Amino acid sequence: MTLMKHFLGATTALAASACAALADPALIYDLGGKFDKSFNEAAYNGAEAYAEATGGSYRDIELQSEAQREQALRRFAEAGFNPVVTTGFSMSSPIASVAADYPDTKFVTIDGFVDPEEHPNVKSILFSEHEGSYLVGMMAAMASETGTVGFVGGMDIPLIRKFACGYAQGAKAVNGDVTVISNMTGTTPAAWNDPVKGSELTKAQISQGADVIFAAAGGTGLGVLQTAADEGIYSIGVDSNQNHLHPGSVLTSMLKRVDVAVEEAMTAGADLETGVEVLGLAEDGVGVAVDENNEDLVTEEMMAAVEEAKASIVAGDTEVHDYSSDDSCPALSF
Amino acid sequence: MDFATILQVLDSTVRLATPLLLACLAGLFSERSGIIDIGLEGKMLAAAFLSAAIAATTGSVWWGLLAGIVGASLMSGIHGLASITFRGNQLISGVAINFLASGLTVLIAQDWFGQGGRTPSLMGGGRFESITLPLAETLRPVPVLGPIYAELISGHSILVYVAFLMVPATWWVLFRTRFGLRLRAVGEAPEAVDTAGVSVIGLRYAAIAICGLLCGLAGAYLATGLQAGFVREMTAGRGYIALAALIFAKWRPWYALYACLLFGLLQAVALRYQSIDLGGVVIPVQVMDALPYILTVVILAGFVGKAIPPRAGGEPYVKER
Repeated sequence: MTLMKHFLGATTALAASACAALADPALIYDLGGKFDKSFNEAAYNGAEAYAEATGGSYRDIELQSEAQREQALRRFAEAGFNPVVTTGFSMSSPIASVAADYPDTKFVTIDGFVDPEEHPNVKSILFSEHEGSYLVGMMAAMASETGTVGFVGGMDIPLIRKFACGYAQGAKAVNGDVTVISNMTGTTPAAWNDPVKGSELTKAQISQGADVIFAAAGGTGLGVLQTAADEGIYSIGVDSNQNHLHPGSVLTSMLKRVDVAVEEAMTAGADLETGVEVLGLAEDGVGVAVDENNEDLVTEEMMAAVEEAKASIVAGDTEVHDYSSDDSCPALSF
Repeated sequence: MDFATILQVLDSTVRLATPLLLACLAGLFSERSGIIDIGLEGKMLAAAFLSAAIAATTGSVWWGLLAGIVGASLMSGIHGLASITFRGNQLISGVAINFLASGLTVLIAQDWFGQGGRTPSLMGGGRFESITLPLAETLRPVPVLGPIYAELISGHSILVYVAFLMVPATWWVLFRTRFGLRLRAVGEAPEAVDTAGVSVIGLRYAAIAICGLLCGLAGAYLATGLQAGFVREMTAGRGYIALAALIFAKWRPWYALYACLLFGLLQAVALRYQSIDLGGVVIPVQVMDALPYILTVVILAGFVGKAIPPRAGGEPYVKER
């Protein structure tokens, strides 16, 4: 009998918490983990900013395996969370299969794409990474003394090639003779968390003459930044501002304002407008990071060139080729 | 490909082969005594985490190394308890070790440092510095041999030299000492060892302890030698490649060295050249990444010699009454 009471008590408590959670937003991090100092951490910062600004609360979960994607989506949707914000391109297909079952819940996929015609309750937020990468590519080519710059990608997927392609175009815009070395860490998700390989790739690129290396590789990138600092060359961080990791060695970071996207989606709540949104330079969705850690490295000349290119891209005078538009890159062969 | 490039690739090979070699020798001791060990990955991971965590807290890499060895030995101890004392299934126990390490390291790291399952970056005395061997700079101008000595042989962290010295040491222990003879015997015919009045359990625990020590060195090298801190899942499957190398080497120490160097070379080449053009035929990088496993399957299938594992491997020993 006492056991029964316990069960009943637990059920009421659960029901109460489910009610309290009604219309709170939820956030699902991708496999890289909440504190990856990069992409997912930016999402976390956005959620924290939302909580601070509105006094609201939110729930989040770090995925541990592929199998949890759909499960987490359904859990949050059934518990009444709205909107359910997710990070990472891998979430788009689970969302596409779940969205129709919860028509009243809004889903947000950052970096992923879900057809808005088919699923009217999904918002896809995409970033123009090629534009941001173009700008850091320019800075890399200007900072390089050897005329060789490097790129280290994580898992070999179109999104990462988009980074590499924009980077190469930017570097070549500054210096037509620049050599761009591009390496991918691997073809499995383990490529996001292998700093040892990141280090070796960095050493290999340094021996080929690279003296500025852009890492778009999640946890692997930490190995790239570390080795660049050890070997006394410049590196470029990605997604979050990584300038503070090795002050004096990280030239800049290619910012992807995932935090802003998350904060805006959460603030809009259940009234979120769905559809596809592309955040580029014009919307300040991507950009370069300058703070006290790298202000000595970035010359005025660099900033002027970057500002000029940015204005030109926003105005539509300079067009940066998007790798994902036709799976090819004019400035770099993979 | 010029001489300098070859040297750089070989240099990278040595760095990449070292954790494989230490883990492979660890597996060698364990499997030669009849304890199948697929938990190498988990032990390395535990050691990598503890060595980085302690090195970050104390500022001394030596305390870190010690902590790494203790961590890997604890994992080994759990494996031993489950598979020797309680006669459980060794494969399942090994898998459990891998999962345990994968989850525990991130959990403890998050609770301890609050940096998302990472340890803080190690500075100065918290890392193994590379050692310049005597006369490295003096001999550098000597053609061919000078650069080989200065680039390839000199300039690694101490654990690399320890790892390579472990190969003759392992050979000597296994094939030239009484302990080694008994250890090999316990993996082939434990009942014979028991009849001779030597403790099977004791020998197997000794092998497991050595396995923990070597895995500890491997993990510490990853986190404090090659890198400056722990990142979740940073072993990235090296424990499994080491296991493949062990089978490839047919459970023999010198062959283990060659197998690990070969696998290290494959990785180094794959990292250096994304795709290799062999006169019209382009080998994509994925093939290079998969080669260690393909080679192991070829060996297991019996195309190149025969890989015969220790006979009593995987069998818990039950004394006859």
